[in-house]
Amino acid sequence: MFPITEAKFLAPDVKRICIEAPRVARQRQAGQFVIVRVEAEHGERVPLTIADSDPDAGTITIIVQGVGKTTKLINMLEAGDALADVVGPLGEPSEIEHFGTVVVVGGGVGTAIAYPTAVAMKAADNHVIGIVGARNKELLILEDEMRATTDELHLMTDDGSYGEQGFVTQKLQQLIDNGVTIDHVLAIGPIPMMKAIADVTKPHGIKTIVSLNPIMVDGTGMCGGCRVQVGGTSKFACVDGPEFDAHEVDFTILAQRNRMYRPHEQQAVADLEADPETQVAQIKHCQLQHQHPEVGPKTK
Amino acid sequence: MADRLPPKERMKIPRQSMPEQDAEQRACNFEEVNLGLDSAIAEKEAQRCLTCADPKCSHGCPVGVQVREFVDFVLEGEYLKAAAKIREDNVLPAVTGRVCPQENQCEGACVLSKRFTSLAIGHLERFVADYERATGQVGLPQRAPATGKKVAIVGSGPAGLSCAGDLVLKGHDVTVMEALHEIGGVLVYGIPEFRLPKDIVKGEVENMRKMGVKFETNVVVGKTVTMDQLQNEEGFDAVFVATGAGLPKFMNLPGEHLGGVYSANEFLTRVNLMKAYDREHSDSPIYECRDRNVAVMGGGNTAMDAVRSALRLGAKNAYIVYRRSEEEMPARAEEVHHAKDEGVQFLNLHNPVEFLGNDEGYLTGVKLQKMELAEPDDSGRRRPVPVEGSEFVMPLDVAVIAIGTGANPLVQSTTPGLNTNKWGYIIADEESMRTTREGVFAGGDIVSGAATVILAMGAGRKAAKSIHEYLTTGEW
Repeated sequence: MFPITEAKFLAPDVKRICIEAPRVARQRQAGQFVIVRVEAEHGERVPLTIADSDPDAGTITIIVQGVGKTTKLINMLEAGDALADVVGPLGEPSEIEHFGTVVVVGGGVGTAIAYPTAVAMKAADNHVIGIVGARNKELLILEDEMRATTDELHLMTDDGSYGEQGFVTQKLQQLIDNGVTIDHVLAIGPIPMMKAIADVTKPHGIKTIVSLNPIMVDGTGMCGGCRVQVGGTSKFACVDGPEFDAHEVDFTILAQRNRMYRPHEQQAVADLEADPETQVAQIKHCQLQHQHPEVGPKTK
Repeated sequence: MADRLPPKERMKIPRQSMPEQDAEQRACNFEEVNLGLDSAIAEKEAQRCLTCADPKCSHGCPVGVQVREFVDFVLEGEYLKAAAKIREDNVLPAVTGRVCPQENQCEGACVLSKRFTSLAIGHLERFVADYERATGQVGLPQRAPATGKKVAIVGSGPAGLSCAGDLVLKGHDVTVMEALHEIGGVLVYGIPEFRLPKDIVKGEVENMRKMGVKFETNVVVGKTVTMDQLQNEEGFDAVFVATGAGLPKFMNLPGEHLGGVYSANEFLTRVNLMKAYDREHSDSPIYECRDRNVAVMGGGNTAMDAVRSALRLGAKNAYIVYRRSEEEMPARAEEVHHAKDEGVQFLNLHNPVEFLGNDEGYLTGVKLQKMELAEPDDSGRRRPVPVEGSEFVMPLDVAVIAIGTGANPLVQSTTPGLNTNKWGYIIADEESMRTTREGVFAGGDIVSGAATVILAMGAGRKAAKSIHEYLTTGEW
C-alpha cells in the first residue's frame, strides 16, 4: 500500500495529493509519470504525471483532476488513506538543457505537468516565460508555484475572471508578434490546446514539445495501447514519450483513440455519482484486506 | 491402491481422456475448460506407464521432472508424495500441468508414443498438484541453511519464479521484483482464466513465499531502481534478468491506430489481469465484443487465447486470420481443437492488408488477401504468397494482432555493460546464463525470444545452478 500523507483541493475537482513512495521519489525526473491503482481488486491502472517529489521525505506529489471514475475516487481520499499501487517513475524525462528563452504553457490541470519541467528549465539557466490558462479563476492552479519559477508569468482566463481574458495561444502569438525571441516551447493541456499551440509555433520554426496523455495499461511498453502517430510512425507514449515534438504529432488520431471507451467511462462515472459512499467504503475495505506484506527497502 | 499390471496388459489400456466443460456452455464463461481427472481415472492412466529403466520423458522435460517416480506414487495412491516428487524439480506443477505443450516435451519423448499414445503426463501432473492444493498439505522441499547471499530476480514470470525457487532452497536470500501489481508475469496477464485460473498461480506464489522467497510488486528495474543501485547500494550479490519478451509486434498496416484494434498483449491484459471479463466489477474497459465481429491475426497459442476470450466476451463471429494453413499453425493442437469446438471460425491462408474505419476513428472492417503456399522458407515452413486480385473486405469491429512479441528494452537500455543482440535480446552464455555484466545473469524469453512457459522455467533452473556456483566460488 502507498499511504497518502497530504490531500488538498486546489480547485473544484482538482486535488494535490502527496504519497509515500520512497523509490519513486528518489528516481523521478521532470516529465515522468506514475501509474496508480486506487483499488486492489478491480481497480484500473491510470497514468498520472509526477508534479513534485521530496526524496528525503520519500514522497511524491500528484495533481489529480477528477474526470473519470478512478480520478474521482482518488479525489475522495484523504490523508491517512492509501492507494493500492504506485509504480514509476515511468517514461523518458523531459529534455532539459540551456535553450535560451523557454515558454512553458499550461492549460488547466496540464499546468501541474508543465510545472516540474518549468522548474528544471529554470535550473538549467533558461529565461522561462510562463503562460497559464484556465476557463475561469477558480480553475487556475499553481499560480504561486509558477510565479516563483518563471521570469515572467501570464495568466489567461477564457471568461476574463482573472488575469487577461483570452486563450493561451493568443498570448503566445502576441509574444511572437512582439518580437520576443523564443527558443523552445513546452505546452501541456487539453489536446485541442496543444494542437493550437503547435499551429502557432510551426510557421516560426519554434521547437515545441507536448506531453501526451493516451490511454495506457502497463506503462512499460508491454501492451502497445498508448501508441501515438508521431512523424508518420507509431510510438509508445509510455516508453518513447510521453513528450514528443508537437509538430510531428497526429492530434486527430490521439483524440480519437482517447475517445475509445467514452460510453464505458460515462457509465462508470454515473454509477459512482449515484452512490459514492459505497464505492469509497469498498476501497477502504479492500485496503484492509490487501495489506501487502512486502515492502521495499528504506531508501532514506 | 492399484497393483501394477504386466506390461502387455498395461499397453491394452487406452489413454484416458480429460473431462472437459461442454463446448457450447464453456464458450460463454471464463471457467476452466479442462475439469481435471478423478483418482480412478488418474490411477488407470498411471497404470499405462511402462516404468522405463531410462525414462525418456524426464529427459524431454526442460526442468527434468522425475516422471516415472511421481507416476509410481500415483499408482500407489500416494498423491501427496507424487506432488512432493514433482516439486523437487518444478515449483509450478499446477501451472505446468495445465499449460505445458506436453506433446512436444515429456509426452513427445514417452516410449508409448511410438506405437500407442503417450502417457498423459500433463494431466497426471495437474491431478496431483490439484489434489495437493485441495488438501492444503503442500510438501515443500527442505531449505538449506542460510548463505547470507542476496539475489534479485527481475520479473516474476515462469523463468523468474523457477530460478527463485531453486535458489531459495539453496539457502540464498531471494527477492523477486515485478513491474505489474500482481505476481506471475505472463501467467497472470497473458494466459486466460479458462486455461489457467489466477487462483492457481496465486497458490503457487503463496507456496514460494512459504519457501522464503520475497516478492515486491510495482518495481520496474531500470526505472524504479537501476541495476547499479541493486548491485552497489542494495547489496544484491547476483541478479537474474527474466523480463520476458513482452514488446508487442504490430503489422504496420494502414488503420492500425483505429479504435478497436488491439495488440494481443493489451487485449489479454485487459481481459485477464485487469479482469475486464467481469464487467460488473472491473474498472478496466474492453471494447465492446458482444454480438460483434472479432478477428485475431495470427496462429499461435496467444492467438487462440485471444480468440477464445473474444468468444466468451460474446462475439457474434470470432475469427482466426492466419496466413499459412493449419498444418503450419504454431498453436498447440489441443488449443486449436478447443477453439474449433467452441465455434471459432478459421480463415487460414488469409492475410490482412488494411484496417478500415469510419470518420470517428473506429474500426469497421478489414481488407483481407488470400494466400497460397510456395516453397519452404528458412523456418522450414512453406512460404505464404499472396494470390493476385484476391482482396476482399470483411466487416469487423475488433481486431487483435497476435503475430508475436519482441524484447522489452527497459532493463537493457538503462544497464551499462549489458550487451544485446541485433534484435535487442540479452546476450547470455547458453550454459552458464552469464551476461556481459559481472554478477548479472539472464534467461527465458528475454534471451531466447518468445517460447513456452516450461522452456522459460528450464532456463530459470539452469540460471539458478550457475548463480549458485558463482555465489559459492565468487569467480566470474
